[in-house]
Amino acid sequence: MKSADALAAPKSPGPLASWAIRHLSTAVGALGRLSRKPFASLMTILVIAVTLALPAALYLLIKNAQSISASWDSALDFSLFLDADVTLEEAGRLRDIIAQRADVESVTLIPADDAMAMFREQSGFGDALDHLSVNPLPHTLVVRPSAANTEVSMGLLNEELSNLPETDFVQVDTAWVQRFHAILDILERAIAFGAGLLAAAIIVVIGNTIRLDIENRREEIEVTKLIGASNAFVRRPFLYSGFWYGLGGGLTALALVSLGLALLEAPVARLAGLYNSAFATISLTAAERLIIVGAGAALGLAGSWLAAARHMRRIEPH
Amino acid sequence: MIRLEDVTKRYPGGHEALAGLSLAVDRGEMVFVTGHSGAGKSTLLRLIALIEHPTSGQIIVDGQNTRRLKRRHIPAYRRQIGMVFQDHKLLYDRPVFDNVALPLVIAGLSHRDAAKKVRAALTQVDLLHKEKQYPETLSSGEQQRVGIARAIVTRPKLLIADEPTGNLDPDLSLEVMRIFRRFNEVGVTLLIASHDIALIDQLGCRRIALANGRLHSEEEEDIVSEYAGGVAVDDNRDGWQP
Repeated sequence: MKSADALAAPKSPGPLASWAIRHLSTAVGALGRLSRKPFASLMTILVIAVTLALPAALYLLIKNAQSISASWDSALDFSLFLDADVTLEEAGRLRDIIAQRADVESVTLIPADDAMAMFREQSGFGDALDHLSVNPLPHTLVVRPSAANTEVSMGLLNEELSNLPETDFVQVDTAWVQRFHAILDILERAIAFGAGLLAAAIIVVIGNTIRLDIENRREEIEVTKLIGASNAFVRRPFLYSGFWYGLGGGLTALALVSLGLALLEAPVARLAGLYNSAFATISLTAAERLIIVGAGAALGLAGSWLAAARHMRRIEPH
Repeated sequence: MIRLEDVTKRYPGGHEALAGLSLAVDRGEMVFVTGHSGAGKSTLLRLIALIEHPTSGQIIVDGQNTRRLKRRHIPAYRRQIGMVFQDHKLLYDRPVFDNVALPLVIAGLSHRDAAKKVRAALTQVDLLHKEKQYPETLSSGEQQRVGIARAIVTRPKLLIADEPTGNLDPDLSLEVMRIFRRFNEVGVTLLIASHDIALIDQLGCRRIALANGRLHSEEEEDIVSEYAGGVAVDDNRDGWQP
């Protein structure tokens, strides 16, 4: 009896083309089935979208924070507050000596009077400062290390500047920047872990949706198997359903993240303006968008595969 | 075409549906399996369709020993057999055309080639004009004919039917049997389970009578039968012509 084999070899299109046509029609069929119960499908897609958008948004937040702090890295200046009895000439000579160091890019001298003027202007204590008989501020050298410095050589420079006889004390702002970086690192790791959990959640959500779908179509599956459908044939539409759920979820997640970004753009620009910063929010790159949508589709496929593999075998004609 | 050798089917709990049954159906034959409900008719067909597996014994279909068939080859095996069911087993969410096309879709046929074969099958059961309707809008007899069209659309050499006229009135039953008879005339082997003795008599085909999972030589009441070569045989009567 070779009739089945003869049927399996279609006459007109090649085997590859007919394979593609078969998959395409199954894919379209699965999509049509989802669109026939739009509300339920939409709910599933929305759950997946929110689950995907959450880590994506947090990731974007960290990425933006990192880009802000990156610009701080290059602006790590040492403020060298000199002893009160150091004269302006002595301070000028010291500036020239320090400026010659290889590990220093530039040194700026802020005379005590200028500092006072600046303070008067910016602090709002103008009138109160008039009552002071002497200027309590010392001369200050702002030392900008060269970019080639490492963490160790920065520490060394700090030590040497502190040990100068004219130095009262040195203030460096590295400590809090480093703490900030450490916090970002922790958050990044936490988000990676959270994203893993949420990915598992998506697999479970889609797996459960497909399981219900399989239960609802149990009779159809039985009949189809009865007239000779293989497990792969019966499984295929469910895999495509999972794929569509995931893809829809991924695309919706992208829309949600873009919406959130659009809502934040204006206020962030205003805040940046207040800090005299040209900072603008960073959006997702094309590759990152592709990853989100791809992750959605892949997780959808994985979830439906698990559900189908688990439940399909059990449904046999009886 | 079909050979059973000492086949026993025992269900969990001890009920023996078939007890050492041996029989043979030749290529091109049209054979009826009769008997009261519980005699083992359905079990016999389910074993041939590999819906169930025998507890012991051999079943050979078209030279293939079903016992040696691996699980993953069962779908391909089933595709070689046309099956008709008492409850039609149609898919009610799609029109008649799609129901009949299903075996071809499973076999991976292109839509164009499938359409030709589907129309041919629907023409044979005289339902071409209803291809776009949904099964539930059809009468029971029409639904059964859709089921038959689906069974023959792949042109199988063997067709098995479990009580195909079980829910039909005598006129529709005769109509269905006439369709079967036409397939038989073009060489299809048919094995049909039925308890409708009067109808079978009209057709004058060979009869395999079962009782308690065994071949039954003493036929019920007015039916005379002979017992030969391990197979219950009824005379080919000329009372009915297609």
